[in-house]
Amino acid sequence: MLKILKYSFYDLIRSRWSYVYLAFYMLLGFVLLFLNNDLSKAVITLMNVIVVLTPLIGTIFGIMYYYSSREFTELLLAQPIKRRNIFLGQYLGVALSLSASLIVGLGVPFIAYGIFYSGAIWNYITLLITATFLTMIFTALAFNIAISTENRIKGFGYAILLWLFMAVIYDGMFLLGLVVYSEYPLESFSLFATLLNPIDLSRILILLKLDISALLGYTGAVFQKFFGTNQGMFTSLAVLFVWTIIPIWRIVAKSNKKDF
Amino acid sequence: MIEVKKLYKKFGKNEVLKGLDLTIEGNGIFTILGPNGSGKTTLIKSILGMVLPDSGDITINGENVIKKWDYRKDIDYMPQIANFPSNLTVNELFSMIIDLRGSEKRKDEIVKLFGLNEFLEKKLGTLSGGTRQKVNIVLSFMFDSPIIILDEPTTGLDPVSLIRLKDLLASEKEKGKTILITTHIMDFVEQISDQIVFILEGVIYFRGTVNELREKTNQPNIERAIASILSETYA
Repeated sequence: MLKILKYSFYDLIRSRWSYVYLAFYMLLGFVLLFLNNDLSKAVITLMNVIVVLTPLIGTIFGIMYYYSSREFTELLLAQPIKRRNIFLGQYLGVALSLSASLIVGLGVPFIAYGIFYSGAIWNYITLLITATFLTMIFTALAFNIAISTENRIKGFGYAILLWLFMAVIYDGMFLLGLVVYSEYPLESFSLFATLLNPIDLSRILILLKLDISALLGYTGAVFQKFFGTNQGMFTSLAVLFVWTIIPIWRIVAKSNKKDF
Repeated sequence: MIEVKKLYKKFGKNEVLKGLDLTIEGNGIFTILGPNGSGKTTLIKSILGMVLPDSGDITINGENVIKKWDYRKDIDYMPQIANFPSNLTVNELFSMIIDLRGSEKRKDEIVKLFGLNEFLEKKLGTLSGGTRQKVNIVLSFMFDSPIIILDEPTTGLDPVSLIRLKDLLASEKEKGKTILITTHIMDFVEQISDQIVFILEGVIYFRGTVNELREKTNQPNIERAIASILSETYA
């Protein structure tokens, strides 16, 4: 697995898009710090960008990588290695190279600004951890879609729909539900509904860490009330972990049964 | 020795292999022929473990290989479409596959034979289709495994490289290797093939030498012989 990982990482880290992605975060970091002049505020703005953008990029890169390397995957499948190692290696290659772009891209401006001497360091690290989780989750989901869908156009469509659903539509439906059923007790429903969407979960995790109750919103407030700040963070991290493990497990299970 | 017994495979409702039996023994070049969709590639991919058959057995040198992976160290495979990670160089691709399979035996010799030396440091994404096919050839011959499986090896090759490929195949055969080839180029089959395995509708329809096929169908060349088999069955 490590051998496959090594080479797909090499391949990806040298692609033009990795540099574009890295440059984008670097620029974003510098601009935000320049405009805000305040590390904590920059972290909040960055959060709003990251919880939407990392899933999108993870989804698109994941699906594109799988489809464009399909013929090469066939060559690898004919080598004396287990299927599991091929697909885990490729998946980790994509997820880790994206995470590397993200961490380096955001790391440089914040380190230059002096994040290590600031009280916001843990907020910032929480942000990076969450962003890495989102990248891992959505890349894994994209691989799942690609493995189950032979037709590239369809697969691409499903992947974009998945992102749109998680990033936009889910919240809309959720809000609508809250308004329509506002006369009923909705705490446990909204708690549950939040756990089902990694993007919402990440947002709440970061806001709990930042300890800004005004931005928490209804679900965040419920979360905080139910779990308390520390346990709330721990729970959301644990659920994000589950969100990562299940799609990865399914990549392995599906690829073992698939004909190539 | 490759032994395939009662192999069945369906893709959805499409039954591709219908109880195919095949034994391939000893050295020689075995060409697998058949019309489009007859199951050639499915057979090859089943032997390699890329397609999982619905039922049936495949043994290589007496060992059942279904759902195993280790046996593939004895097989060199060349896929039909040569498409590699575009940001790796040719040399990096070679070292990746060498990393996966253990040490190569004759990389430099084959690189030289196909004139790839000047391309070794180029990125794979910048190579032409024919050059990529040559890279594909190096990958499938540099490990010197006892079984070689080639899926449409002639695609995109210039005449010089084609002649070198034929010579290479002949010398591999002399070394005692078992070589399986699928192709649609009948000249190529006539020149190199020791045995023809003709697949039709998921079973072996004919197996024998080029001459036997000509005699059986009363046709002057193998292109016509195969056309006559097909028109009989299509009629």
